[in-house]
Amino acid sequence: MIKTDILIIGAGPTGLFTVFEAGLLKLKCHLIDALPQPGGQCSEIYPKKPIYDIPGFPEVLAGDLTDNLLEQGKQFEPGFTLGERAETIEKLDDGTFIVTTNKGTKHHAPVVAIAGGLGSFEPRKPKLENLEKYEDNGLAYFIKDPEIYRNKRVVIAGGGDSALDWSIFLADVASEVTLIHRRNEFRGALDSVEKVQELKLLNKINLITPAEVTELKGENKLEAIVVEKDGEKTLIETDEFLPLFGLSPKLGPIGNWGLEIEKNAIKVNNALDYQTNIPGIFAIGDVNTYPGKLKLILCGFHEATLMCQAAYQIINPGKKYVLKYTTVSGIDGFDGTRKEAPKAVVKAIQ
Amino acid sequence: MSDVNIKITDRDGEIHSIEAPTDMAMNLMEVIRSYELAPEGTIGVCGGMAMCASCQCYIVSEHQLDEMGDEEEAMLSEAFDVKENSRLGCQIPITEALEGLEIEIAPES
Repeated sequence: MIKTDILIIGAGPTGLFTVFEAGLLKLKCHLIDALPQPGGQCSEIYPKKPIYDIPGFPEVLAGDLTDNLLEQGKQFEPGFTLGERAETIEKLDDGTFIVTTNKGTKHHAPVVAIAGGLGSFEPRKPKLENLEKYEDNGLAYFIKDPEIYRNKRVVIAGGGDSALDWSIFLADVASEVTLIHRRNEFRGALDSVEKVQELKLLNKINLITPAEVTELKGENKLEAIVVEKDGEKTLIETDEFLPLFGLSPKLGPIGNWGLEIEKNAIKVNNALDYQTNIPGIFAIGDVNTYPGKLKLILCGFHEATLMCQAAYQIINPGKKYVLKYTTVSGIDGFDGTRKEAPKAVVKAIQ
Repeated sequence: MSDVNIKITDRDGEIHSIEAPTDMAMNLMEVIRSYELAPEGTIGVCGGMAMCASCQCYIVSEHQLDEMGDEEEAMLSEAFDVKENSRLGCQIPITEALEGLEIEIAPES
């Protein structure tokens, strides 16, 4: 069981900044995210896109913002459960919570902060009949262990980086790799596209474009797919099918936690502390809604700051906390580090 | 600069006649969001960067729109439910040339 003061669901910018604000109040954080790396949309969808409305940064790449937030919070030693989705929540008699992920990892905390952005990122599934029947039975949307595909016949569908990268990787692992894409051009890194072209010429990748997978076949397990190209259908026998069409966000299991939901977002008390209808559970950043809500990263930062003050009162009932400025009080990291302004400067301010 | 009239068929098949401003640098996806014609979180997910296809729509009327850019074309090549008349709403700026435009929002994917 992982124990922490504030359990943060979602490791996007708002969740990552919560680590820092909570750290100033001597509160420890642990973050859960369905993605395998922190950063949320910033690192998953647009790491190379510039953002222009982060205070103090005239321009910052989304990926760099994530890196900076991780660096800023590092001294407060946050814990991470990555690649797992928060599935269930249980409120104990003492008012604390146990959150369990889809992989069974349990987390215990007195305060839960949902900073889930638009939700957890789920694979975009092609609209094919009997898709569920073959899931984890010859069909997968992620590659967890490439060894599973050793000496097997693999069909990959998609035209982005993921489809290209895995086609290249599996060309040396699988006995046969077929890459199917709806058009002749690929939306991926130039290096990857050229490598696929090279592997095609070496007969290590069977490239079928422009084409689409239209049917899945198999009794108990996936045995073949049907590909449509130029109006003609072809049956291709395969052991594994990997439709890699990217990710889309879904509110997911959080939607079943008894929280008040409005327009796919969690209602909170913004006049006070961004608490939901369940005491002890807060929602901050793009995942929440209230009158006048703006889905901006900087608003998430503000909400995280106020939420941490309320969390402090729940964790330390009756204890007074005086707001301090880091310019004056410095920062005491949980790792034993201390940052503070040079004394001469402090004296000059006084 | 005046507003333009656009007919938008939502994902439930309901037709909405709306007026879209031409002087606010909005795009079609933003107009759909501002009129709440698709549930929050199901349209314009990437914020309008042609990186998610959640704002895919079908151009029903005969309007000649600007040609697709590389990013839009590439995204639509990966998206589902794509038709000959598919476009990404986030890549269509609202201009006076859109007067009378009729579109249908593509299914959520």
